[in-house]
Amino acid sequence: MFDTQFLIEVLVGGLLSGVMYSLVAIGFVLIYKTSGVLNFAQGAMLLFAALTFVSLVERGTPFALALLATLAIMVALGITIERAVLRPLINQPPITLFMATLGLSYVIEGAAQLLWGTQVHGLEIGVSDIPFDIAGVFISRFDLFAAAVAGSLVALFTLFFRYTRTGLAFRAVADDQFAALAVGLRLPRVWAAVWTAAGIVALVAGLLWGARLGVQFSLSLVVLKALPVLVLGGFDSITGAIVGGLLIGAIEKLAEVYVGPFFGGGIEAWAAYVVALALLLVRPSGLFGQKLVERV
Amino acid sequence: MTTFRHAKLALGAALALGLVTSLPTFIPQAKADEQFFPLQSYRVGPYAAGGTGFFGGFIDYLNLINIRDGGVNGVKLTWDEGETQYEVERGVEVYERLKSRPGVAAWNPLSVGIAYAMIDRISKDKVPLITINHGRTDSTDGRVFPYVFPLLLNPYSETSGIVNYIATREGGAEKLKGKKIVVLYHGSPYGKETIPIYKLLSDKYGFELEQIEVPHPGNEQQSQWLSIRRAKADYVVLRGWGVMNPVALKTAQKTGFPVDHIIGNVWSNSEEDVIPAGDAAKGYVAITTQASGAEYPVLQEVIKTVYGAGKGNLDDKKRIGSVYHNLGIVNGILNVEAVRIAQEKFGKRTLTGDEVRWGFEHLQLDPARVEALGAKGLFHSINVTWDNHEGNGRVTFQQWDGAKWKVVSDWISPDWAALRPIIEKSSTAYAQERGIKIRTSGDDPVGQ
Repeated sequence: MFDTQFLIEVLVGGLLSGVMYSLVAIGFVLIYKTSGVLNFAQGAMLLFAALTFVSLVERGTPFALALLATLAIMVALGITIERAVLRPLINQPPITLFMATLGLSYVIEGAAQLLWGTQVHGLEIGVSDIPFDIAGVFISRFDLFAAAVAGSLVALFTLFFRYTRTGLAFRAVADDQFAALAVGLRLPRVWAAVWTAAGIVALVAGLLWGARLGVQFSLSLVVLKALPVLVLGGFDSITGAIVGGLLIGAIEKLAEVYVGPFFGGGIEAWAAYVVALALLLVRPSGLFGQKLVERV
Repeated sequence: MTTFRHAKLALGAALALGLVTSLPTFIPQAKADEQFFPLQSYRVGPYAAGGTGFFGGFIDYLNLINIRDGGVNGVKLTWDEGETQYEVERGVEVYERLKSRPGVAAWNPLSVGIAYAMIDRISKDKVPLITINHGRTDSTDGRVFPYVFPLLLNPYSETSGIVNYIATREGGAEKLKGKKIVVLYHGSPYGKETIPIYKLLSDKYGFELEQIEVPHPGNEQQSQWLSIRRAKADYVVLRGWGVMNPVALKTAQKTGFPVDHIIGNVWSNSEEDVIPAGDAAKGYVAITTQASGAEYPVLQEVIKTVYGAGKGNLDDKKRIGSVYHNLGIVNGILNVEAVRIAQEKFGKRTLTGDEVRWGFEHLQLDPARVEALGAKGLFHSINVTWDNHEGNGRVTFQQWDGAKWKVVSDWISPDWAALRPIIEKSSTAYAQERGIKIRTSGDDPVGQ
């Protein structure tokens, strides 16, 4: 007999996991939207942020102060990346910029371990993970909290993009870099701001993922969860990152539970990529991505 | 002018050639009375926490022997590290780089992948490969694998030990009938290695079995734990690695599975596996071959003699006595004692790898000898023979109380007699496939 309650539980669990993937994907979207760079270092930034925060707390820094200090460090990191890596590579082909971020990810991972050591850390952010029992369906408190944080982050970014001068500059650069330059926008300044924003997203995602996995090297691997989300939702759409995350989360959990047993299990990691690839064939820019129209 | 230049060149070349050929050929010679341990360590990268603990403990023990005893019967112990980041190709590169150093005693990579890649090489070079608590299960059969030593525990013995422990908790093996055990395993050759043995033991004892894979790296397990809840499992055996372990414990809490009914395997039993899980890990039980804690005399000597002299290997002294550090200490004891035993036969000098192999094949440390070494309670005993390279190590179970591990069982013996025929079947097939002559006694010459 089909167990509907179990189906609901799997679906809700998948959607909530998807929110966590979206958090990582948003960091990618911010950079890609304004500079056309797929920032492979986003996972390393996430690791760096979480490791910095937890190391400061363990050395006796109060929670709020550690948060502020980490925020400041991530802002400094964002500006440094723009100055030292991206500015010298202006007008280089996208593959060069991608390779630069790939190299950057190794540098950041190495620096994080050099600075804070290789030990694994626990991270408690004060949210219990004892589940709610709603009519026999267990729902994680922590995942609900993460969903609320992700929702707030998206709302803040939406307000920022619509109602602030820097936000408008972001949108202008995202629409057309050359036109933005022509009307006097300073591209390096916008890029520095956007890398700073990506650093802040990395901090938020790092704390939530760190609380879930522990703060350790494998945090940087969560980028692998964001890639199918980006393919599905589109690389340049924050809405796409959210919807893509929810879809990927739900699809991979349902696939694992209901299809996995026919293949011996363990299919969720690649099931998400199968869906993303299938969509890529029919809609290369993703569900919400901007269609590229080029004059030839 | 041109002729003169050619003459000068010819003269120079002749002089250079003469100089080179007149020099004695440079072959690294063993310094007097030194035994060398090449270490394929990993101190950076995803598995650095385990690597720094294990290799730190190993080096601490070698240092203790040098500082306290002046080496093994006057033979100084030396070592050199090559960073592998736990990557197979780097491990092989370190092997090739260090193998010609004089007086190599044994290789201790603490990596299944690197160990597999080295088996042919060390067999050809006739140097022992130590895979404490891991490695190929069938390498237990010294008749086929003369140079490989999965000391203390191979994966099949681990499986048997875990099932025996669950039986003890249930009040006897007959109570296992009708129970449901789920094995949650890492999606890798390591994770899959015990699948047939759990099936075998399920048939033998009559428990229901479900084996569920977690894809690497294991940072998302919601669907697996919901399946476990639906299966109404009595116990979950966690056969994890790295980040998979704390995520399993957290997800178990999220889906309402009782943590004290999760039994971790030997690579899910460290502080690094439970600390990130926070409160969700309180009550979690895991198998081990060596207890944790620094109260054992050998650990106290390491603290006093090695750390007191400022030569301790761990940066963070709080990690002294942790699971990986103590595994490194026990590994140090086993390596050093093998050298000591071999010296009794071959002389108190630098030994060849093959001579150290002989020492490992006679590594018999009963509880009295373990106590004399200051390790009573740290590990039980070992009894390696020419055809049994695991050495019948005992296991115990420890429970995490939120701050430290506490031993909660006696020393338990796996069902070696039941496992041996399966091991021999696999090793014999390997020998036939590779054309390896199966040894019929410990006196047989070894070779491939």
